[in-house]
Amino acid sequence: MRTEIRIGGFGGQGVILAGIILGKSACLFDGKEAVQTQSYGPEARGGASKCEVVISDSEIDYPKVLNPDIFIAMSNEALIKYIGDLKDNGTLIVDPTTTDVEDVREFIDEHNIDVYEAPATKTATDEIGLKIVANIVMVGAITKITKVISKEAAIKAIEDSVPKGTEEKNIKAFEAGYALVE
Amino acid sequence: MAEEFFIQGNEACAKGAIAAGCRFFAGYPITPSTEVAETLARELPKVGGSFVQMEDEIASAGAIIGGSWGGAKSMTATSGPGISLMQENIGYAFISETPIVIVDVQRGSPSTAQPTMAAQGDMMQARWGSHGDYEPIALSPSSVQEFFDFTIKAFNLAEEYRCPVFVMADEVIGHMREKIVVEDDIEIVARKRPEKTDDYLPFENIENGTTPMPAFGDGFNVHVTGLTHDERGYPDTNNPETHDKLIQRICDKVLNNRDKICSVKSKGCEDADIVIVSYGGPVRSVIEAAAQARADGKKVGYVKIDTPWPFPDEQLEELTASAKDVLVVEMNLGQMYYEVDRVCKRDANVHLMGKIGGLLPTPDEILEQIDKIGGN
Amino acid sequence: MSEPKQNRFLPYMREDRLPHIFCPGCGNGAIINAFLAAMEKAGMDFDNIAMVSGIGCSSRIPGYLKCDSLHTTHGRALSFATGLKTANKDLDVVVFTGDGDAASIGGNHLIHAARRNINLTVICINNNIYGMTGGQISPTSPKGSFGTTAPYGNQDAPFKLAELVAAAGATYSARWTTVQIENLVLAIKAGLENPGFSFIEVATQCPTYFGRKNKLRTPTAMAAVMKANTVYKSAADRMSAKELEGKIVVGEFANTTKDEFTENIDKISVEKSGKKTVINSAFETEL
Repeated sequence: MRTEIRIGGFGGQGVILAGIILGKSACLFDGKEAVQTQSYGPEARGGASKCEVVISDSEIDYPKVLNPDIFIAMSNEALIKYIGDLKDNGTLIVDPTTTDVEDVREFIDEHNIDVYEAPATKTATDEIGLKIVANIVMVGAITKITKVISKEAAIKAIEDSVPKGTEEKNIKAFEAGYALVE
Repeated sequence: MAEEFFIQGNEACAKGAIAAGCRFFAGYPITPSTEVAETLARELPKVGGSFVQMEDEIASAGAIIGGSWGGAKSMTATSGPGISLMQENIGYAFISETPIVIVDVQRGSPSTAQPTMAAQGDMMQARWGSHGDYEPIALSPSSVQEFFDFTIKAFNLAEEYRCPVFVMADEVIGHMREKIVVEDDIEIVARKRPEKTDDYLPFENIENGTTPMPAFGDGFNVHVTGLTHDERGYPDTNNPETHDKLIQRICDKVLNNRDKICSVKSKGCEDADIVIVSYGGPVRSVIEAAAQARADGKKVGYVKIDTPWPFPDEQLEELTASAKDVLVVEMNLGQMYYEVDRVCKRDANVHLMGKIGGLLPTPDEILEQIDKIGGN
Repeated sequence: MSEPKQNRFLPYMREDRLPHIFCPGCGNGAIINAFLAAMEKAGMDFDNIAMVSGIGCSSRIPGYLKCDSLHTTHGRALSFATGLKTANKDLDVVVFTGDGDAASIGGNHLIHAARRNINLTVICINNNIYGMTGGQISPTSPKGSFGTTAPYGNQDAPFKLAELVAAAGATYSARWTTVQIENLVLAIKAGLENPGFSFIEVATQCPTYFGRKNKLRTPTAMAAVMKANTVYKSAADRMSAKELEGKIVVGEFANTTKDEFTENIDKISVEKSGKKTVINSAFETEL
């Protein structure tokens, strides 16, 4: 099965790293195939940022995401810009601190979208005391909600991807995200 | 033990270079190839290698030729504007028979056009970019694994044939992340030192081949020049025969070894009515489109060209033998298309699907073309 | 009759390449002699010298010397030399270049090589004209001088190369002329001994093109003008710009020490790999 995931936000939120962790989890630790791609803009910070991951049980040929099964919006700009590509019956995960899901209510209802709110920014700030780990909190939420990667693989991939010495904080952030949704 | 990594194409290229024995890199920052330089800036010192950020791409190409004669396997990485600047020194590397590897991560062009978008507009830059007659070798990777593997292969071919070798990647392959497996028994071609004999000629006329080169400092007192030279390396610019022999040999050593150099991969061509021909990034979409077309009951096969240069005439001719139509999919307005047309036009209609703008052709777009060709 | 006296530097030459292509009266011969004398004075091993050059009359010099030599593209000698020296820092790399090669088409490489203070010795033979292509003006042609591309006199101000290179960061920079061979030899020796970027500009005569275009038809006439216009740097420092017009200022413009480029690369290599950069790693066997 091929699962297409898109994460949208603004530069500096770490959406690229979140996508890398998803891809790494799947193909290095879950025995699946994965391809991660991203958009490149001339802006270094603050501009729109988009990261995409394809995860599959078999070889992935076309590497890009056209119509995601799962869309994670970490900014309202991204939510509005990309919601239209989401598949019918797809999964939408938003950070309520940075998005307003009511802005895309019509699409959600028309296309029977499963919506989850994962307050990643708030959790990162309140529980970890580090706003910059909101992306890792979100990875925890994605793992729990979508089961596209296993929890064990995600933890290994985080340890393998974050700067040395920050592993503990990041795993804590992941666990907090994992606990956000039932 | 084989190791696995989930990394970008450009990082895989740098890793491949180090695995191949590259110990000198000179380059200039340019999107979308910069990660190759950044990775080597970080990794080369860990293996006793040297990294130099030069003042421009002209200097980068010059420096790696100097580095190669200094005894180090040498590489640069760039994109369209940089490859344009490097051309004069690339010609020098051909006539002086200097092994170097040039990586081009292609972006929208001409000029600075689309720095962060993919294209395949430099294919003829690799073929004809410098002035004069020469026969280049170029490899086009279609996956991150291949970017690693082909970089190693490029170094091996450069050493084997004593010539520049291009790795013609594109932004899609350069920037995407995939898993690569690094085996622990990688085949590496090391440079052979010539024997120090009285009759050693650094540019000897060997049929379809080349003689081993020494490093500067080895005591051979070799003279290397971009001028037409005799077998000793001495300029002999007004003798038509010297020039003819030299250039013919430089071309023949590649052309007459095409059976060893050329590489293609294919599927479903034996009974195909339509064969899709592609290379680099677009191959990913072609594979999916061909599979879908087969599933829909259409006799469609594909050929993936690993080595655009020298062009694999024989292989392509054989694989398109049954085809009535050949569709070339590439990210330019027709470059390799003309090569395919030259080889296939006698027995098939050759069509071009040339997509520019920076996005990979999608499988659906290719299927549409197949439908058009099939008369549906 | 006794045998004609053989030049004592002949063993350093590729005798199978002689006769050379230089015109009668050209300064290149005297400069080759000065280089070889300086090399001997510096006690250097000729076998360890590798030469790099670009395109132009002066760039043909390495081709006549029996050492490893890389005769490269126009203007780019310093970039090739940077690669060569970095790949094998044990080599003594000498660059022969001219005013057009080094300062026009190769100007950017020149200032960057100086900025890096890479241990190269550059001998820049400045004849104020393009000789090989037949007498066009160069970036060092004096204002008002004539060339085939300046039939009404050169309108542009010339570069002062030794000063330019000193300003760009070279640790040794000097200018002498072919009429001060002794000083030239000492300057080349100092340049070879300096563990950094060394630039020796030699003002020289091109009777064939510069001379013919500028009413100085014989080498001796050119040498006489050169001699008459030479001012030592110490004296020049006290002269006004007006007084210095048309003068050739000779002397040292930089003589200092700084970190050297390839040593810095070695330092990082030692830090990260525990050893200096590898040499001759392309080969399957040791020499």
